Amino acid sequence: MTVGAQTVAARLADLVGVSNVITDPAQLTPYEVDLKRPSAAVRPGTSDEVARVVQFAAAEKLAVIPTGARTKLDIGLPPVRYHLALDLTRLDRIAAYDPGDLTLSVEAGCPVCRVQAALAEYGQFLPLAVPFFERATIGGAIASGVDSPLRHGFGTARDFVLGIDFVTGDGTASKSGGRVVKNVTGYDLHKLMISSFGSLAVITKVNFRTYPRPIESRGFIAQFPTGGAAFEMRRLIALSPLRPITLDIFSPRVGAMLSSDVAAKLTRTHTAPVPLSNDLWSLTAGFAGNDAVRARCESELTRMARESGASEVAVLADQLSHAWNRKREFVPIALASFPAATILKISTVPNRLGNALDLAARAAESSGLTWLAMARGVGVLYFVMFPPESEDSAASPGAEWRIRAVTAARKISHDVQGLGGNFSIPWCPTEWKPALAEWIWGPASPDFAQMQKLKTVFDPLGILSPGRYVGGL
Amino acid sequence: MLYEYDGSVEIARPTCVVFPTNTAEVVSLVEIAKRHQTPIVGRGAGTGLSGGALARKGGIIIGFSRMNRILDVDAENQRAIVQPGVVNSDLSAAVAHLGLHFAPDPSSQKACTIGGNVSENSGGPHTLAYGVTANHVHALQVVLPTGELVRLGSAAPDPIGYDLTGLFVGSEGTLGLVTEITVKLTRLPESVKTLLAIFDAVDDATESVVDITARGITPAACEMLDGWTIRAVEAYIHAGFPTDSAAVLLIDVDGLQEAAEAQAIAVAEVCKAHRAREVRIARDSRERDLLWKGRKNAFGAVGRLSPTYYVQDGVIPRTKLPATLRRIDEIGKRHGFEIGNIFHAGDGNLHPIILFDARSAEQFQRAVAASDEIIQFCIEMGGSITGEHGVGMEKDRLMPLLFSETDFALMRRVRDAYNPAGLLNPAKIIPAGKSCGEIHARPQPTGSTSHA
Repeated sequence: MTVGAQTVAARLADLVGVSNVITDPAQLTPYEVDLKRPSAAVRPGTSDEVARVVQFAAAEKLAVIPTGARTKLDIGLPPVRYHLALDLTRLDRIAAYDPGDLTLSVEAGCPVCRVQAALAEYGQFLPLAVPFFERATIGGAIASGVDSPLRHGFGTARDFVLGIDFVTGDGTASKSGGRVVKNVTGYDLHKLMISSFGSLAVITKVNFRTYPRPIESRGFIAQFPTGGAAFEMRRLIALSPLRPITLDIFSPRVGAMLSSDVAAKLTRTHTAPVPLSNDLWSLTAGFAGNDAVRARCESELTRMARESGASEVAVLADQLSHAWNRKREFVPIALASFPAATILKISTVPNRLGNALDLAARAAESSGLTWLAMARGVGVLYFVMFPPESEDSAASPGAEWRIRAVTAARKISHDVQGLGGNFSIPWCPTEWKPALAEWIWGPASPDFAQMQKLKTVFDPLGILSPGRYVGGL
Repeated sequence: MLYEYDGSVEIARPTCVVFPTNTAEVVSLVEIAKRHQTPIVGRGAGTGLSGGALARKGGIIIGFSRMNRILDVDAENQRAIVQPGVVNSDLSAAVAHLGLHFAPDPSSQKACTIGGNVSENSGGPHTLAYGVTANHVHALQVVLPTGELVRLGSAAPDPIGYDLTGLFVGSEGTLGLVTEITVKLTRLPESVKTLLAIFDAVDDATESVVDITARGITPAACEMLDGWTIRAVEAYIHAGFPTDSAAVLLIDVDGLQEAAEAQAIAVAEVCKAHRAREVRIARDSRERDLLWKGRKNAFGAVGRLSPTYYVQDGVIPRTKLPATLRRIDEIGKRHGFEIGNIFHAGDGNLHPIILFDARSAEQFQRAVAASDEIIQFCIEMGGSITGEHGVGMEKDRLMPLLFSETDFALMRRVRDAYNPAGLLNPAKIIPAGKSCGEIHARPQPTGSTSHA
């Protein structure tokens, strides 16, 4: 049984204060998820308030979507119900930071960039160079599990999150893990929160291990006439003793996209040409260390590039942060550049990455779609496909292109499964989601039944982000 | 009998021990247990030290020692598929010619199994740089207590959906029986430098550890042995630790040759700044292996001194090392025990060893009391009750120091979702509720080589 919208607002105001409840439709527009507008947005200021809001929602069976800076709410299936936006941006404190212990505890709504700035004062960082960097919150980065170029050297959140405080779907505050770097006390429930897209619990605080900043880093770029040559260089690096901190391969067409005004605006850097040729394939790698280490990396990378058939090699020092920011913002830049873009995320074991890209490219081309791609050396591919630019794709993407995108997605999903890989469609035009629904989280996973058990444990009433995650969890 | 023990102070007698050779047999055993409503407990080498592999409520122990095959090695993608009974160091040995190894290296690695490592989310000295077992597992094949055979995770990165692999690793065999593990293999470093820093005061050693971290140096391993332990080790192994010193740090730095050399110099400088009497750098792999042999066999050495000892596994933030070691010393003196310290200093994972006489019930109670005081102090410092051995049946009574009844309720619901009848490894991790303050079993004679 649900109460009327007015009553809901009044009850929420009792819990968090009237100034932290939004019901004005115009002000609620930013909280829309897949064109669905909530009846209220609520901004709790403490984890206790979060728990009370969720308890209220549970009692009234109101569907809740937790949000941070709302940069990744496009990802996932359209919500089947959506009443309350749970805006966590007031939980933005750094709860504890012990530089000597390399540990950090941050509230979910704290912007990633603010955390990085605080760590930088002590010569440390978190390996979360996530897209939407200037706005993204810690909670959003963890809940979405979005990856970063630094995963090559430092792994993903699962490797450096030490513990999480959260509120489950019945409004119970709980926690998992701790604040020490080594801990096997109880079940690692915090690992479940990573990439759960707000479907299991509301993350209120995250504990991390931090890392000392490298002495000095450089960027390396090798350009190749073919993708095969670039992937061959990846293989040589993997077999070598070098330990690059980033390693990403870019297809042709990425150079122009990253050098565009759109890219400059998004990354707030000057329009200087990113040194990637628009017609060639590029392998970009970051490496760090003392003078001797950097010299060694530079010479070995250069040798491997030549052996793999590189036509050009460059080492970046001065322009590194500028180029680096754009590499980090690949997805946001692609979304801003191509409004009708469908972005697939494909993962395979590293040496099948080239095959995955080939088959995706063939499927896109046979549907008449243009494509470009970024492949992370660890085995993750972001494949962007969109109508040819002559088709005036800036206008509302037409039904014909939707059908073509669906055809390509279906084919690629099937072929990736054949490679033993994983497939999902994190981003596509909102209007296309019903048509693409079957593929948004890829083919049904054999362990889906085990996931359903967890959903029932954590969110027994099904009020957290209902219908949005894998299989409608 | 052997299967009543796991190197902890606990004892529990199973009804029988069965050694399946394949997954289908494991499924059949689970079906039998289900039919007879009999508890079932998975067991690797029984080196966990926390009672995780003991049949607390009796029933069937499934020993995985015959499921010990390496099923596949994919060198180029740095992955291997192994059965749970594969011995940890056997996997590293099998892939060494490919320039690879399995990075988690518990000190018991010559005996402990990868299935056991997965259950306990084991660490080891090199956890400091390489992470614990969870960081090295991509996928699992698991027999659930309902008899279902499931695959969790994928060899490819970023499997879609909840991180079930992450949940099952470290679940201490309470959610399912792991029958196949897809692990990550790590490239062997080009260069490893092993340093032995020798100190005349424990505080100088612990302060060095704090300072190494503060200066942004991440050694591959950073172990500490105090004087008492050094003397025990030297009497047994002759690793070359000076018996008149108060403490030594055994430190590995690795990576590219250029990086390892620079780090070795930097670490040596820090230790000297903290009054290290001497810093030795192993000249070759023979010297290096000898030093590490001293470390990895330390518990065996201690076992020669006393038939019974009690080892804890507390964790503290690294900056609290000096204060904690002083406190442990004080606690030992007050209870009339010699407490040896040998531990993973770099990540603040302590292993205080309390020697006591098993024939005296009074001594045993005091050993437990001293140990509990140490753990209590770890928690006050912002730490944890176990860093790598797991909660098992030994530490469940300490869990309320860290978690609330609501937290336990959630953990129970998670357990019950996969293990609804509670037949799989019952009475572990989560306290049973009510008062459960006593340890039920008498301590056992120690003397195996299996340890942290």
